Amino acid sequence: MSAQKKSVLVLGARSDIARAIAAEFARKGYNIMLAGRDTGWLDRDASDMSLRFQIETTVHKFDALDLDGHEAFFDALPTVPSIVVCAVGLLGDQEADVQDPAAVRRIIDTNFTGPAHALEVAARRLAATEDDTAIVGIGSVAGDRGRAKNYLYGAAKAGFGEYLSGMRQKYVQSRLHVMTVKPGFVATAMTEGMDLPGPLTSTPEKFAKNVVRALDKRRMVYYDLRWRVLMGVITHLPERIFVRTKF
Amino acid sequence: MTSQATLSGWGRWPRRTCRTAPLLAEAPFPGGPTLGAASAITRGNGRSYGDPALNPDMTLTGTRANRMLSFDPGTGDLVTEAGVLMSEILDIFAPRGWFPQVVPGTKFGSVGGMIGSDVHGKNHHCAGSFGDHVNWIDLLCADGELRRCSSEENAELYNATCGGMGLTGHILAASVRLRRIASAWIAQETIPVPDLDTAMGVFEANHDTTYSVAWIDCLARGDSRGRSLIYLGDHADPEALDREKRADPFKLPARRKLAMPLDAPSWALNALTLRAFNQAYYKAGCRKAGHGVVDYDSYFFPLDSIANWNRLYGAPGFAQYQCALPLATARDALLDLLEAISEARLGSFLAVLKRMGPGAPERPLSFPIEGYTLALDFPLSSRALTLLDCLDEITVAAGGRLYLAKDSRMTQRTFEAGYGPALDQFRALRAETGATDVFQSVQSRRLAI
Repeated sequence: MSAQKKSVLVLGARSDIARAIAAEFARKGYNIMLAGRDTGWLDRDASDMSLRFQIETTVHKFDALDLDGHEAFFDALPTVPSIVVCAVGLLGDQEADVQDPAAVRRIIDTNFTGPAHALEVAARRLAATEDDTAIVGIGSVAGDRGRAKNYLYGAAKAGFGEYLSGMRQKYVQSRLHVMTVKPGFVATAMTEGMDLPGPLTSTPEKFAKNVVRALDKRRMVYYDLRWRVLMGVITHLPERIFVRTKF
Repeated sequence: MTSQATLSGWGRWPRRTCRTAPLLAEAPFPGGPTLGAASAITRGNGRSYGDPALNPDMTLTGTRANRMLSFDPGTGDLVTEAGVLMSEILDIFAPRGWFPQVVPGTKFGSVGGMIGSDVHGKNHHCAGSFGDHVNWIDLLCADGELRRCSSEENAELYNATCGGMGLTGHILAASVRLRRIASAWIAQETIPVPDLDTAMGVFEANHDTTYSVAWIDCLARGDSRGRSLIYLGDHADPEALDREKRADPFKLPARRKLAMPLDAPSWALNALTLRAFNQAYYKAGCRKAGHGVVDYDSYFFPLDSIANWNRLYGAPGFAQYQCALPLATARDALLDLLEAISEARLGSFLAVLKRMGPGAPERPLSFPIEGYTLALDFPLSSRALTLLDCLDEITVAAGGRLYLAKDSRMTQRTFEAGYGPALDQFRALRAETGATDVFQSVQSRRLAI
């Protein structure tokens, strides 16, 4: 994929990981479209990336939960992007959320329904360009096995992972490539200066570099090896044993 | 959104368990400037040496608030959030022909931290300190209001904030001036000098040279006290570069990155190895005397090429001692300090001597005063702490002061003697603006700032 003057659209651009991935593409010369609910915040990120990397940035209002607005959102973009990164997600608070019908819906819709519909709209447009294009969906290791701590979020992410897998198969003969990304622990502003389990923790910048490198290599899934091993063990534990663990 | 972390300054001592949360880029903060805690302090990249960026109640970490917001190529004014590092400014702007007006001895300080410490560089004698090149600061004050502070607007707050160690409020954004450079190279002259008088003579004769600094052998004794290698420098004219460099005068060679993978063992540093190192370093410097061209990275930030060099001093950590001495008393006080250090057989690889220009009396806690500054590291031990108390006595008697950004152990008396009535003014402003109880650090409590 040649980098010149192509652009990347980041949906849900507000998070540290999304910002780092956008910056990594910007570093490589892509123009960047940042989309999210809070455009005031994204304006700052846009200025930052234009200044640092001397590329063009635009900011677009996008609400993943407004499914009926998705077509109009893509219609209004200045160009059809060559890469769409979907970083929309909401962890929520499991204990509180499961007792509130609106919260249950919000978690499922933010992590699954919204992204699923938005990427369907994106995929049709990207595939129609007859150019090399890509969709990058951010899943989570939480989707590999339901855990007491966050199974509502985990279940929605698991669904999103399977959705991406199906979409990848559908477009395998086309020039649209679909990549799933599964972050583990990524040190964000919150964890700055803390004694984290070093070997399992990445920074948003390192993580973003790996994601972009994986896409360059047309990987189907980017999943850090150490996490793959750890989750491999966890997913293969017999249910009877798993339910008694503290993972 | 908060978590617990064991934090320390760059000297790795003292260490304190602090509640932490990310510094937000925009005001107002939920729960006010302390996010609901009893008090708070901002921490940039943790490059001050001692305890000014620690607060067990709430330490706001600024490294993610690092957006560059605008740059005006007409004036060189760069607006950034407080967490942008000097290294980021250099990486982005030096290749475009722009350079900060003042760079400190590390490029890993944050904009907020450099303002809070009013850092100085090798050009202090002609360019002043970092605060002299700040257009304005967006400060989140104790009452929860965000105030734009400059020499015209909220001037008193602005002056107190430059050098104010984060104790006037949280710096959220600032506009700093960059200058044009013609190349990323520094034309350097190395001058070995056998003693302090010669060293001071060279400094006094080079007021017009943009950059000057000396590595000083802090273990040399008797008549050799003050034996130094003086490095003079200026931004190199592309015409003076060889053909390869002239082709792209802003392109720097890739530097080898080294890292200290673990703490040095305690036996590695002792009077013998230190003396041998300093001897060898001075001899090597004598052989390299004269003119040369070095890239700005090697000239300004020689230590930054070794990641985690603070581990060199072993697990207990170290204290850096940096004092400023008035011109009139500097010579005698420096000789006394060097005598005490070499007598105690304590000291470090890297001791730095520098001539400073006029200070900024309008900024109450700004460190520089016209005269000389001496900076050196001491691996932490009870002997070292005893020596540092003796050094304090010499500094205070000479009318000098210590640098808050380096300090982890001075007494309130030493501090008050060094900063005098300006400190009362600073305390009064803190009380007036309600900052006294809201913005605190382990250091501010120790020194009752």
